[in-house]
Amino acid sequence: MMVDQVVIPALKILIVLNAVLVGVTFMVLLERKVIAWTQARLGPMRVGPYGVLQPIADVVKLMTKEDITPVKADRWVFSVAPLIALIPALIVFAVIPFGPEVSLFGRQVALYITDLNVGLLYVVSVASIGVYGIILAGWASNSKFPLLASLRASAQLISYEVAVTMTLVSMIVSAGTLSMVGIVNAQESQQVWYLFVQPLAFFIFFVGGLAETNRAPFDMPEAEQELTGGFHTEYSGMRFALFFLAEYANMIVVSAVATTLFLGGWLRPFPNVAALSFLDLVPAWCWFLAKTFVFLYIFLWVRATLPRYRYDQLMRLGWKVLIPLAIANVVVSGLVKVLL
Amino acid sequence: MPQEFVPIVLFLLVAIGFAGVTLLPSRLLQTNKYNKVKLDPYECGIQPATDARDRYSIRYYLVAMLFVIFDVETVFMFPWAVILEELGWFGLIEMMVFLFILVVGFVYAWKKGALEWA
Amino acid sequence: MTTDVRPMFDTDELVINMGPQHPSTHGVLRVVLRLDGERVVGSDVVIGYLHRGIEKLCESRDWTQIVLLTDRMDYVAAATNNIGYCQTVEKLMSIEVPRRARYVRTIMAELQRIASHCLWLGTHAMDIGAMTVFLYAFRERELILDLFEEYCGARLTYNSMRIGGLPLDLPPGWDRKVLGFCDVMEQKLVEYEELLTNNRIWLERTKGIGVIPAEEAVAIGLSGPPLRGSGVQRDIRKDEPYAAYDEMRFEVPIGKACDTYDRYLVRLEEFRQSVRIIRQAVEGLPEGPIVGKVPRLIKPPAGETYHAIESPKGELGYFIAADGKSTAPYRFRVRPPSFCNLQALPRLIQGHLVADVVALIGSIDVVLGEVDR
Repeated sequence: MMVDQVVIPALKILIVLNAVLVGVTFMVLLERKVIAWTQARLGPMRVGPYGVLQPIADVVKLMTKEDITPVKADRWVFSVAPLIALIPALIVFAVIPFGPEVSLFGRQVALYITDLNVGLLYVVSVASIGVYGIILAGWASNSKFPLLASLRASAQLISYEVAVTMTLVSMIVSAGTLSMVGIVNAQESQQVWYLFVQPLAFFIFFVGGLAETNRAPFDMPEAEQELTGGFHTEYSGMRFALFFLAEYANMIVVSAVATTLFLGGWLRPFPNVAALSFLDLVPAWCWFLAKTFVFLYIFLWVRATLPRYRYDQLMRLGWKVLIPLAIANVVVSGLVKVLL
Repeated sequence: MPQEFVPIVLFLLVAIGFAGVTLLPSRLLQTNKYNKVKLDPYECGIQPATDARDRYSIRYYLVAMLFVIFDVETVFMFPWAVILEELGWFGLIEMMVFLFILVVGFVYAWKKGALEWA
Repeated sequence: MTTDVRPMFDTDELVINMGPQHPSTHGVLRVVLRLDGERVVGSDVVIGYLHRGIEKLCESRDWTQIVLLTDRMDYVAAATNNIGYCQTVEKLMSIEVPRRARYVRTIMAELQRIASHCLWLGTHAMDIGAMTVFLYAFRERELILDLFEEYCGARLTYNSMRIGGLPLDLPPGWDRKVLGFCDVMEQKLVEYEELLTNNRIWLERTKGIGVIPAEEAVAIGLSGPPLRGSGVQRDIRKDEPYAAYDEMRFEVPIGKACDTYDRYLVRLEEFRQSVRIIRQAVEGLPEGPIVGKVPRLIKPPAGETYHAIESPKGELGYFIAADGKSTAPYRFRVRPPSFCNLQALPRLIQGHLVADVVALIGSIDVVLGEVDR
């Protein structure tokens, strides 16, 4: 009893946490490499072969850097804000299903930490706690650029939050469950990825995901050309690194959630085509990681390609385009569900 | 408490622990050199003339209010979406009425210019 | 909510310093912005952080040494500065420059225009968040720097002109390399345009931003692409031809909408026209001497003159007074295009958002080395 309740989850948590942290550090390297290649550059090449050890060097550097608290800052809030940004980004992974149940050392082990019946709601609510970290960081710095940036960030995040959450409603209409595992199972039983059932929802989720993770072309909160460093201008050393971790962890969360909801999670491509069943030889969690990776790659690709929106244009896109589309999508999904 | 939440509480503790622990070694490793100018808030190399916490106009309040309205409505829609299949036409029409009221409010806010930023 | 509600809220203006230490003020420009929310209600442009007293310094150097100092003004278009200065002195001393030298000067000036516009395009796009264009443009700029390096050994501050002509003849095979570069540049321009010209975000960010009508542009004293972007057909290369421009066929692109997007289009078209001029000049490059008849000791007769050329950023004018006795100018004064164009900035950013400020600084293309001298 104790083993099932505590020890196995604890082991899984440690594995997931490690994977996420390693993923994040190498995500930074990947970003630098991919963008460098897009721009006819090489990217980091000095630390290790092809610069693969760059993340380690980065961590060491950030560890040994002085951690500055500006004199005018609110010390307590200033210190806590990075934690508030990071912790939600990590604990969202508790409900991400990396794979189905597999037998490991003679024991049935599920490749997810837990399966909540309100999993999706948990993702939405926990992920949105992170915005407090950003707004508190900007306010506590007591410096104008971070303050402006954090106000921008929070307004942006909550605006796109509405669109994304609304979109998820139409997703749930299709799946009929809030459990993340249940959604993948629904896609398995309906023999289709929801990307093809809900293309509009996928589009809104993707755009909203870019905006919610402050990624280009919606990277206004940290638009360095306008607001110098954004909300973390005053941060340095390890506390800055925590914001960085949070941002990249959030990217992985959005990619993983998008994979689960729209790309069939751990299912192989084209689950409805029996002729492709040889693809099942690849472990399910590999499919999940591969799809997540594709998503992350698109994040980087978009960043390398597009200019940045202006703030009012961003808000206009969120409120006047995505939200009406999301509402319309809910109506249509509901109608279709009831009619069929 | 439902048992599925136990791992989440565990994860929360681990995450807090991790975040705290990462800050520790950096506390020990870093060098601290006092420099008055370094501790000033950054404003492009100029001494800030005014405090950053003035009251200035940013259309945050309206957006926040709209967010609260919309997000709460969306949360109402979550359970509806899950059991729509059982509710059938009744559920759909109920939700359409609900959405209609929401959209009326939305259009009003739009026409009033509440969605114009800056 | 509309403006009539605003007085209800008692809010203060936010005064924020943008620069001198800011990633997108192109050096050490400082703009003190007064903001209402994110809207600019007032601004002060503060310059002088890069002042080195070049004009005064020139008055204690002899005439040949000054070429070197002019490099340090608009350091992204050093050859243009050299040419402007040398032509002014030649005008003062009535020196005839050989045709070959004039052709080479034309090639240099146009290569420099492309290099400068590459830098402008890169940083302007970067300010608006398109970071890939930045590196693409710098990649092509590098090719031009290589050409300059082959010609005069330097990559940034060339010291590449002499009073009366050129210091060196072209290295063998240089002209073919220049033609090769022209082909590359034309292909790469298509790449830039694919990334920006029809990009919806780019259009939204630049169209209708910083509109300055033609009369106002003239009144403020704009010159170069910002003036032509406002629809004024004024290009010194056409109106008062110098070097070999009277023998070249090219068009002067002008804009209609007077906004950031049209200034962008004007400069992009100037890329093409520059390539066209370079092709003509290289193909028609005459043989002959590279230096005119210049006295051993350069000492212009007493008098003063003003001569302007079309630098990549606008009208670059030199006013030089000589007393006929000393070997240094009596008075040396530069009319830098960036300085005069910068005057339009407060007018341009009025009423726009913070994000537009960086777009507009980029759109008038200032180099602080030239503004402050």
